Amino acid sequence: MKILICISNVPDTTTKIKFVNNNTAFDNAGVQWIINPWDELALTRALDIKDAQPGTIDNITVVNVGLADTEPTIRKALAIGADGAIRVNAEPKDTFFVASQIAEIVRKDAFDIVICGIESSDYNGAALGGMLSEMLGIPSVSAVSHLEITNGAVELKREIDGGQETVLTQLPFIAVIQKGIAKDPRIPSMRGIMSAKGKPLQVVEPTAVDSLTEFIGFELPKPKAACRKIDAENVKELVDLLHNEAKLI
Amino acid sequence: MNFEYTEEQKMIQQAAKDFAERELLGDVIERDEKSEFPTEHIKKLAELGFLGMMTDPKYNGGGMDTISYVLAMEEISKIDSSVAVVMSVCNSLVNWGIETYGTEEQKQKYLRPLASGMKIGAFLLSEPEAGSDATSQRTTAEDKGDYYLVNGTKNWITNGNSASTYIVIAQTHPEKKHKGINALIIDKDSPGITLGPHENKMGMRSSDTHSVMFNDVKVPKENRLGDDGFGFSFAMKTLEGGRIGIAAQALGIASGAFERALKYSLERKAFGTEIFNHQHVAFKLSDMAVMIENGRNLCLKAAWLKDQHLPYGVASAMAKQYCADMAMHITTEAVQIHGGYGYVKEYHVERLMREAKLTQIYEGTSEIQKIVISRSLLK
Repeated sequence: MKILICISNVPDTTTKIKFVNNNTAFDNAGVQWIINPWDELALTRALDIKDAQPGTIDNITVVNVGLADTEPTIRKALAIGADGAIRVNAEPKDTFFVASQIAEIVRKDAFDIVICGIESSDYNGAALGGMLSEMLGIPSVSAVSHLEITNGAVELKREIDGGQETVLTQLPFIAVIQKGIAKDPRIPSMRGIMSAKGKPLQVVEPTAVDSLTEFIGFELPKPKAACRKIDAENVKELVDLLHNEAKLI
Repeated sequence: MNFEYTEEQKMIQQAAKDFAERELLGDVIERDEKSEFPTEHIKKLAELGFLGMMTDPKYNGGGMDTISYVLAMEEISKIDSSVAVVMSVCNSLVNWGIETYGTEEQKQKYLRPLASGMKIGAFLLSEPEAGSDATSQRTTAEDKGDYYLVNGTKNWITNGNSASTYIVIAQTHPEKKHKGINALIIDKDSPGITLGPHENKMGMRSSDTHSVMFNDVKVPKENRLGDDGFGFSFAMKTLEGGRIGIAAQALGIASGAFERALKYSLERKAFGTEIFNHQHVAFKLSDMAVMIENGRNLCLKAAWLKDQHLPYGVASAMAKQYCADMAMHITTEAVQIHGGYGYVKEYHVERLMREAKLTQIYEGTSEIQKIVISRSLLK
């Protein structure tokens, strides 16, 4: 079984977000880049199955749409344990563009399962899995929080309102994974880090696709208002403030 | 001159940081209080390859350079020096000693399980009456033809109980003084070895420190490291590298305390503003940042010299002395910035302060480092 995991190169989740060019572009100066946390969990789950059930998964490949500066992130995925990587050499303009590039990869090389995170932690598009499914004409299952492979059959659990749904699916398919798929992302071992240099990282040129969207502007959320402490005895003042100032009651 | 880390070095630094924050932070205070050895934590550290990270991959090691080791030691020590010292003893002293001076048979038998982390090592040099003066070894390794008979007591042995493999420094030819000393690899479960109780220490309480007694312990001749009488030189050479590890540990303790003090100074308010906005606190943090940067540069230079196979003994002594003394100062300042909160356990800085003290003492006191440094000035 061959698995393709789509990985996004995103700013570290503790990054202080700033915008430039009249608030139309993200200021990436001094930013530390990481694998999108959902994608990293997907990779961890695939590796857990590969290790626990030898012979089930033959190959785990990661794919990223990005310029050369995303390669440290890709190398980390290789250090964690992916067998190989593909980088589509293009700026990831929007989700349609990225999905078109990844669909092209899947058309050329048959993967049994394509996994992507439910969203990326930077632009939160949450659209890649669905678009890929449509472009490739294969089923997708969203919000997958559990994935098992038994004798070639794949069982998924997905979050639904108020509970969980178990889904059996045929191959190939797209899994859009949610947190819970793995406990913690794997930390690369020393051996993994050393072997990452020697693993294949194939760079392919993008297919010509127009992006369908453009960023008009970004806004940062308003700073949180200062916390006001009211004496526990002074309920009247609390009620007055909630009623007259916050207008919540 | 290139100050930029390689991609691999950055990845190792991040891996160590992730490990420390995810696996060590949660129970570090509790283990410190209970003096509880981090058995499961060390197992995970070993699985990731940190215990043999600098050993050649052909002996199950990670094949990393010393700069990577410094970066990893700093990150682990920011959170938990009791774990970092296990890593330091295994990498710098035991594994390096066997890899550099051991025979192929010794490497196959002892280094492979040590480098993979399946076994832990300990380095037995200090004695009740031979600490800084390591030439005065009272432990004897009597030459009995095809084996050595070892008798004596070793003190303050890190990993004393958790280790399976000891490197023991002992006197074989007292008339030759330090040139009669040998270094022997000894299995901890050899008949005649007994342990003293776990030392009840001020800091690094989660690491297991014991005295080890040898009573007619038979050690095969093939377990000697290097030629007859090489033991003292072996110990001194090994400790030159060990100092880099402890310097990096002290650096980590300092930078860990600094990061906590900086964060606290931006949260805690006094006189209507965050205390960082009071110049005295800001300047204190500024001084701390400069000292930490100095310490890091000294560590990295010593590591770089070692990686280039250039002499690094004086550089490692400078790094160790500066970083240890600096860590003591920085952690004390971090407690001061925290005020009363710094004096209670949940804010970590009092523990870091207790840990810092040991870095001025073990693997060569700050005073011994000054002897090494000052003597080098006359050459």
